[in-house]
Amino acid sequence: MAKIKLSEKKIAELKEVCKSFNNEKGELINVLHKAQSIFGYLPAELQEVIAKELNVSVAHVYGVVTFYSFFTMLPKGEHPISICLGTACYVRGAEKVLEEFKRVLKIQVGETTPDGKFSLSCLRCVGACGLAPVVLVGEKVYGRVSPDGVKDIVAEYNN
Amino acid sequence: MEMVKLTIDGKPVEVEKDTTILKAAKTIGIDIPTLCYFQLKDMNIENRPGGCRICVVEVVGRRNLAPACSTNVAKDMVINTHSIRVLNARRTVLELILSDHPAECLTCAKSGSCELQTMAQQLGVRELPYQGEQSTYRKDTSPAIIRDVDKCIMCRRCEMMCNDVQTVGALSAVNRGFMAVVAPAFEMNLEKSPCTYCGQCVSVCPTGALTEVDHSRNVINSLADPTKTVVVQTAPAVRAALGEEFGLAPGTLVTGKMVAALRRLGFNYVFDTDFAADLTIMEEGSELLDRLTRYLKGDQNVKLPILTSCCPGWVNFFEHNFPDLMDVPSTAKSPQQMFGPIAKEYFGKKLGIDRKNMIVVSIMPCLAKKYECQRDEFKVNGDPDVNFSLSTRELAQLIKLANIDFNSLPDEDFDNPLGESTGAGVIFANTGGVIEAACRTAYELYTGKKLEKVEFNELRGLESIRHATLDFNGLPIKIGIAHGLGNARKLLEDVRAGKSQFHAIEIMACPGGCIGGGGQPFHHGDSEIIKKRAAAIYREDVGKPIRKSHENPFIIELYKEFLGKPLSEKSHHLLHTHYFDKSQGTFVEE
Repeated sequence: MAKIKLSEKKIAELKEVCKSFNNEKGELINVLHKAQSIFGYLPAELQEVIAKELNVSVAHVYGVVTFYSFFTMLPKGEHPISICLGTACYVRGAEKVLEEFKRVLKIQVGETTPDGKFSLSCLRCVGACGLAPVVLVGEKVYGRVSPDGVKDIVAEYNN
Repeated sequence: MEMVKLTIDGKPVEVEKDTTILKAAKTIGIDIPTLCYFQLKDMNIENRPGGCRICVVEVVGRRNLAPACSTNVAKDMVINTHSIRVLNARRTVLELILSDHPAECLTCAKSGSCELQTMAQQLGVRELPYQGEQSTYRKDTSPAIIRDVDKCIMCRRCEMMCNDVQTVGALSAVNRGFMAVVAPAFEMNLEKSPCTYCGQCVSVCPTGALTEVDHSRNVINSLADPTKTVVVQTAPAVRAALGEEFGLAPGTLVTGKMVAALRRLGFNYVFDTDFAADLTIMEEGSELLDRLTRYLKGDQNVKLPILTSCCPGWVNFFEHNFPDLMDVPSTAKSPQQMFGPIAKEYFGKKLGIDRKNMIVVSIMPCLAKKYECQRDEFKVNGDPDVNFSLSTRELAQLIKLANIDFNSLPDEDFDNPLGESTGAGVIFANTGGVIEAACRTAYELYTGKKLEKVEFNELRGLESIRHATLDFNGLPIKIGIAHGLGNARKLLEDVRAGKSQFHAIEIMACPGGCIGGGGQPFHHGDSEIIKKRAAAIYREDVGKPIRKSHENPFIIELYKEFLGKPLSEKSHHLLHTHYFDKSQGTFVEE
């Protein structure tokens, strides 16, 4: 595993977060949540820092990270794409939309394109069932997406 | 204490409140089967994740079956431990576990000692009705321990030992559901983790998921090579446990039979690590006295307490966790590693044998010794001082392989000169033993008086952390003892904080000391076995004509003829070592 250099500013921010939780072992999940929002993902190097700050083993941190599907060790793309697979979206063809995204981007769910531009994930209901099927790119919501429209959405961010 | 009355299998029973059903049943002779549950009684070690569900019982009035290991008794409970419903559920649970377990019993290293295999027999499983996907993982071989987690049943005993008891933190449950497994961080190899190779995970693993690296093939090849002189040394703890592998009662001393067996296996010289333990006392004891005298003279640079350094698991532990305290432990090598250079550089040279043609094999209760003998600083031009280290279990296997009827062997004596030892060398096997042996010698050297009573009973016992003050002719010597690395950590944190009051501290990585080592016959959670081994070691000590290391005539001769005196230049070169900071870059490399 090649070592990556974490931003020192972000590390300082993370250490502050740990401090705000009194560096308590029991706050590991909370710290991981904050760490993922600061860094976008939880690389091994980051887990080592967290283990040290909370005085727990790196193996334990890794155990928690791999247990919860919310946590990811892969960096998200510049434009994270999420496809809603909630009931309403699903019955209106979200799965076909997802398949089209996979085909166009040539990645699987949970992966990031080699150029770092897009990553693909699924979620369950964003509370916009009237617009089903719904796709999120970053914070932007796309409603009534059809497989034909996938290429256009991707193109919007590909310039 | 509040008592609770209930009924188990139609029998009335009264137990203390907060007792589990499992323990309550045991008091009336009902042995509910368990798999993930594990306990070492009186040693503060317990694993009860309630995960495997083998121990389910029927509690009348309750909808679901209850896991006996983690359900407490309640007033007027009525429990059935072998109703049809329970038996069916228990069998299904086991069949499901087996559906994701390789059926390799014929070739598995754990066959015969495997608790899963025993359980399948006990429950009468005769076919595997569930066929489906099997989880497969990469096999991981380290210098001492092999992880074959295809055989892991997620009992999490190893995780409990590694984290709660040893506080090593090399292993954790990772991933989820079908992919869940116990592994080091980032599923890296054990070698890259902070593992100390103490082997306690192997000691408690119910299956063949964790086993030792087998060196016996190398030993067989060496014995068959006519150009090699093969020398064997046996650690003190082995003689108190080896008999268990041949059906003898725990605590049977088999020193003489063990020597006879080794001779029949073809070793040219059967020597004793106890001799090297006596040598360790000369060096480590002198170092203690040296530091103590300088300290009493007001030397500010002296590091006290001095920590024993005989235990390679412990050495690995402080190299990983306390690199800032590396000048605190004694620089004396462990007895295994003292024996190596004495055999090759002294004994071998005396006989005119080049070290390349001498193979030193050690028989150890320990898995960390396998790693220790491979360390670069214990090699001369690539030739290790100790070539191969076998566990007690591997030796038993080797004896069986050579068609030796162990129990009918006569008692034989070790060869001289490196086979002669004192009672002080023997007690190295028990927690508290190294420091007791050191005190027997240090007392006489310091006070110039003869020790009237050689036993220091205040240093013995199984409490996790012990301390005692010994009277060295008016000088109070404060001794601390810890066994189990979690307990050691507590004493070390005091040293780090400058709060430690001790002059000397003995640490052994395994619960009970070497008698409970990771290479010993499996105790399957019976702490009585460990206690009986400890008692046997003290019996062996009492039976020895000489009980103080500095009175060993061959030790005296070794110094006269070869080493000069303790802490001499030659001693430093051959018998002392240095330590390495292993705290950095454990997983992620540049």
